[in-house]
Amino acid sequence: MFLIELKKVNKIYEDGTQALKDINLVFEQGKINILIGPSGCGKTTTMKLLNRLEDFTDGEILIDGKDIRKLNPIELRRSMGYVIQNIGLFPHMDIYDNVATVPKLLKWNKKRIKIRVDELLNMVNLEPEVYSKKYPSNLSGGQQQRIGVIRALAAEPSIILMDEPFSALDPISREQLQDELVKLQKEIQKTIIFVTHDMDEAIKIADHIILMKDGYIVQQGSPHELLQNPLNDFVREFIGVERLENSKTLPPLNKFIKKEYIEISNKSTVKEAIEIMIKKNISQIPVVDGERKYLGTISLYDAIRNEDDKLKNLIDDTVKVVVNTADIDVVVKSIDKAKSSIIPVVSKDNELFGLLDQNLLFRALQQIYENKSGVA
Amino acid sequence: MEIITNYIAFWQEKYSSIFVYTYQHLFISFVVMFLSVLITVPLAIYMTKMKSERPKNLIFNIANIFQTIPTIALLAIMIPILGIGFKPAVAALFLYALLPLLRNTYAGVKSIDPSIIESAKGMGFNTYQRILKIELPVALPYIMSGIRITTVYVISWTTLAALIGAGGLGDLVLAGIGYNDKNMIFTGTLLAIIIAVILDLILGRVEKKISRN
Repeated sequence: MFLIELKKVNKIYEDGTQALKDINLVFEQGKINILIGPSGCGKTTTMKLLNRLEDFTDGEILIDGKDIRKLNPIELRRSMGYVIQNIGLFPHMDIYDNVATVPKLLKWNKKRIKIRVDELLNMVNLEPEVYSKKYPSNLSGGQQQRIGVIRALAAEPSIILMDEPFSALDPISREQLQDELVKLQKEIQKTIIFVTHDMDEAIKIADHIILMKDGYIVQQGSPHELLQNPLNDFVREFIGVERLENSKTLPPLNKFIKKEYIEISNKSTVKEAIEIMIKKNISQIPVVDGERKYLGTISLYDAIRNEDDKLKNLIDDTVKVVVNTADIDVVVKSIDKAKSSIIPVVSKDNELFGLLDQNLLFRALQQIYENKSGVA
Repeated sequence: MEIITNYIAFWQEKYSSIFVYTYQHLFISFVVMFLSVLITVPLAIYMTKMKSERPKNLIFNIANIFQTIPTIALLAIMIPILGIGFKPAVAALFLYALLPLLRNTYAGVKSIDPSIIESAKGMGFNTYQRILKIELPVALPYIMSGIRITTVYVISWTTLAALIGAGGLGDLVLAGIGYNDKNMIFTGTLLAIIIAVILDLILGRVEKKISRN
């Protein structure tokens, strides 16, 4: 694994424009790191600093602790994969030679190159027998960029730089290649630095998103973090209102617990229970013991039918209960409305905590689904 | 009928000197092409790497100026410098061949998709490897078409080299004018045309084969 670290990196062009401002950044190893932002934000420049296609004015870039300015740029580039937007396959070479480019530069022996190229072609489902001898112009755009990606992987680099690799493809190929990259990455676990301006793409494939603007980093984090806690208006605007609405999830469970409710002690009589329920307009009531431990519920109709029975015989303990620390999404999926009109919430030691406020929950769900269907 | 038998008799009598003229013609043309390709291709590639426009424009302008001098005048200018014969002829024709070769090679290398250059750089080709393995092969169809056009020109221009004593098929034409011998003029012209057409066909085929990919 190679740790890539940028420390206080600045880049100022000769005409005085500052392309990068004080970039401090550590890329996550073995993950897909996405540099994203509007055009001119410095995302591509930041990426090209890493293989020294661009130089920086001051600061430090360390790869595995080594200052990259002290490394030979040619060797540095051979140790990294590089995929560009316009694919850049060599038109005079067949697919085999294109994929074998870096291994040949590194003077691998022929047998090793052959094994590697075949393996890579199989990895992206292009049969070596069919495709090795074809030329780039015989391939579709999607196929060409698959070759572009495996060409970058050929010499087994630990770091792969990808400069808007899928943005010139048609939407269908783009989706396919994104899926393939995510799948591939599960196997190869490279540190990928991926530049894009497409937020959908970033959210789909990133482990870590670095959002840039005017040469500095605005916010970084996982896609989930950015969606849940956009730092400022720029981030919100860049992510887009629709996506933020879409990603909204339910508030935590404790927001839906009704604390004003009526309970009944197991020492009460059935008649008392009926009286309370009728008076309070409810058809089901939770029963607790002297220590407020939850025992079950009693339904009004059961009580009326068995008015003379003992209360403890009527307690129904099969009603679904929810532990107050449970995840709201799990709770929503487990609700079975037909069985019971109330859903008691209990603490870990089975003390009655409250009732689930189903009206509130319903309204929250309604809002989320309205937003989602609005943009679907 | 009589014309044809006369012409056959002419060939029977003169064939050995016709072959000598043809050989001289081809030799001058090939030397010119060899030297000019050797100089212009590296020069044009070097020019594509130049950052500033001024030296590039200067070189193109110089090559342009040579091209504007009438062929016969350029040959004559060479006499005080290099005397008469093979050398001044090659020198003059070489200067002529510069521009079309330079233009085509330069345009060929310049027309390479920048993404190809960028990916080559990014993958760790050094400058020489990039020129030899990527830029030259990719620009080769352009370069070949420059060589083809120039070769046809040079074959034609070489006929004038006879004026400064370099020999070649031009000598046959000149002698024909001197002796008022139509067969000589005709043969010189016909052979120059045939050579040009054959070379054009051959180089055209090479060009096609190269650019197929």
